[in-house]
Amino acid sequence: MNKTALLSQLDEIIEKYGGLKDNLLQILLDLQKVSGHNYLPEECLEEISSQLNLPLSKVYEVATFYSMFNHEPKGKYIIEICNSAPCHVEGADDLTQLFEDVLGIKVGEITTDGIFSLQHSSCFGACDISPAIKIGTEVYGNLTKEKIEEIIKEYRGE
Amino acid sequence: MAKIVQLISKNCGKIKPDSVTDYVNAGGYAGLKKAMEIGPAQIVEEVKKSKLMGRGGAGYPTGKKWEQGYVRKTVFEYVVCNGDEGEPGTYKDKLILSQNPLLLMEGMTIAAYIFGIKEGYIYVRGEYYGLKEMLNNAIKNAVEANYLGKNIMGTDFSFNIHVVWGAGAYVCGENTALLESIEGRSGRPRQKPPYLSQEGLYKKPTIFQNVETYSNIPYIVEHGGDEYASYGTECSGGTKLVCLSGNVINKGVYEVPFGTPIRELVYSLGGGVSNGRKLKFVQLGGSSGACFTEEKLDTPMCYKALKDNELKLGSGALLVVDDSNCVIDFLKTITGFFIHESCGKCTPCREGNTRIYEILDRFSKGRGKPEDIDDLYRLSNLMDITSFCGLGQAATTALKDCLKYMREEFDEHIEGKCRAGVCNLT
Ligand SMILES: Cc1cc2nc3c(=O)[nH]c(=O)nc-3n(C[C@H](O)[C@H](O)[C@H](O)COP(=O)(O)O)c2cc1C
Ligand code: SF4
Ligand code: FES
Repeated sequence: MNKTALLSQLDEIIEKYGGLKDNLLQILLDLQKVSGHNYLPEECLEEISSQLNLPLSKVYEVATFYSMFNHEPKGKYIIEICNSAPCHVEGADDLTQLFEDVLGIKVGEITTDGIFSLQHSSCFGACDISPAIKIGTEVYGNLTKEKIEEIIKEYRGE
Repeated sequence: MAKIVQLISKNCGKIKPDSVTDYVNAGGYAGLKKAMEIGPAQIVEEVKKSKLMGRGGAGYPTGKKWEQGYVRKTVFEYVVCNGDEGEPGTYKDKLILSQNPLLLMEGMTIAAYIFGIKEGYIYVRGEYYGLKEMLNNAIKNAVEANYLGKNIMGTDFSFNIHVVWGAGAYVCGENTALLESIEGRSGRPRQKPPYLSQEGLYKKPTIFQNVETYSNIPYIVEHGGDEYASYGTECSGGTKLVCLSGNVINKGVYEVPFGTPIRELVYSLGGGVSNGRKLKFVQLGGSSGACFTEEKLDTPMCYKALKDNELKLGSGALLVVDDSNCVIDFLKTITGFFIHESCGKCTPCREGNTRIYEILDRFSKGRGKPEDIDDLYRLSNLMDITSFCGLGQAATTALKDCLKYMREEFDEHIEGKCRAGVCNLT
């Protein structure tokens, strides 16, 4: 999405939340959703600061405190592999290795086609199907190499 | 044989979660109706009799908390529900939020009714964002059916519920940090006192409970506190949602009466250790919870019995760890979690977790020394005593327990041996 279109979407989001600074977190969550690359562009944070009448430093403080917010463009889809204890004892390390092999990137990187980012995450409550991954709001568990390849194909639209 | 008693989970998966019609047909809102018949004083009395203890982790008696507010005539402004559920291995609040949120909302409405509160907030962790539309629909439908909003059920009592989303921060489960987050700031804990019943959300007196805690209220009011209490033990009333995870055959959420021995949770409900392996230890209450081996497995799940054994129920997460795992490697995972989740406000927690990780890392590389063990004790005691909030205070619970019950594995690593063959000792 181009900058002007994104800024006008941001206006709508801010208006939806009444322009209230209490809703900063909710505004940032929505902004990251529409950004296209799962991140909070700097000029948007500046715009939020001026519209909510909050010092930019305060906006930054909140935007950098929470782990779901990103500050650089990410892949279209972020694959999050849980590395908390319950998934760890069920083989999260092996799963990470599988994803790294299949995608050809390391944790923290983006695929060259810009479709996927690979990250670790704290527990997201899918421990009953551990080791688990999350892509956006979808969770997947009990994964095998075949299943992983299938999921990746599906997201790539192949 | 461990038995399952479904007081609050019975409709999960059986009704359309945002449908008021389904909920009412399954017996929903009988608690709220009864609440309005018996009135505030009697509701508080029933909750007290129920021996319901907060289900979020701390286990404070809910009835006692509400009675104090009621007797002191505290003018509460807000009802807040903690749906942050960040403790690894815990996914029971998700069960209610995703499959029967109207039960939780009914419980919050009853709490609001006692104190004449008009506004309620459910703070849900950002990881559950997929539930947003459904939860908003549930509220909308409840308002349309007059179970929420203006003049509920034709009375002069009005109450609204708002859903607020977190964005990935375990510390926001701490009650004051959660309020900071609702107010749109970073989730760093506040100084206590003042307590939430004095200065909570927007500095106003606030009723604050966990998802599961509120969800028990409709049953308690409808059937009476005594009946609810009768399912549990002398000191712990009713049932608990337990989450089984790790190297266990039947992972899942189970509602069981208090008094059920931990062993039965693992072996009868959980079906035992998976892949034919042997149990090494369990961790109760999430990553901040206690680790213990075989010898304490017969402890009944009851606040007092657990306390007598220096254990805590915490969130109700039960992680099973088999003998293919290495204690040092496990503790590195736990400590890594707390490094990631520390809010950085106070030095003992911000620095302590990192220092502990460095020491554990040395052990896992065969470079641990006997004096490192003293440092591990020293650091964990220091963090326990001086950390600003519960996160730093409990971050080393697992470490201390592992040192206590599995010390020999630390010594073996010093000697260059990892019995599980997990560590690459060079
Ligand atoms: C670091 C930390 C994290 C916590 N996380 C949660 C949580 O995710 N959910 C929860 O209900 N309580 C959590 N608690 C406990 C809450 O502070 C609080 O005691 C509880 O929500 C009160 O509700 P209850 O009495 O109904 O349990 C946490 C506490 C600490 C110190
Ligand atoms: S113990 Fe200190 S640094 Fe750790 S989470 Fe609590 S306030 Fe933050
Ligand atoms: S521990 Fe991985 S989802 Fe909970």
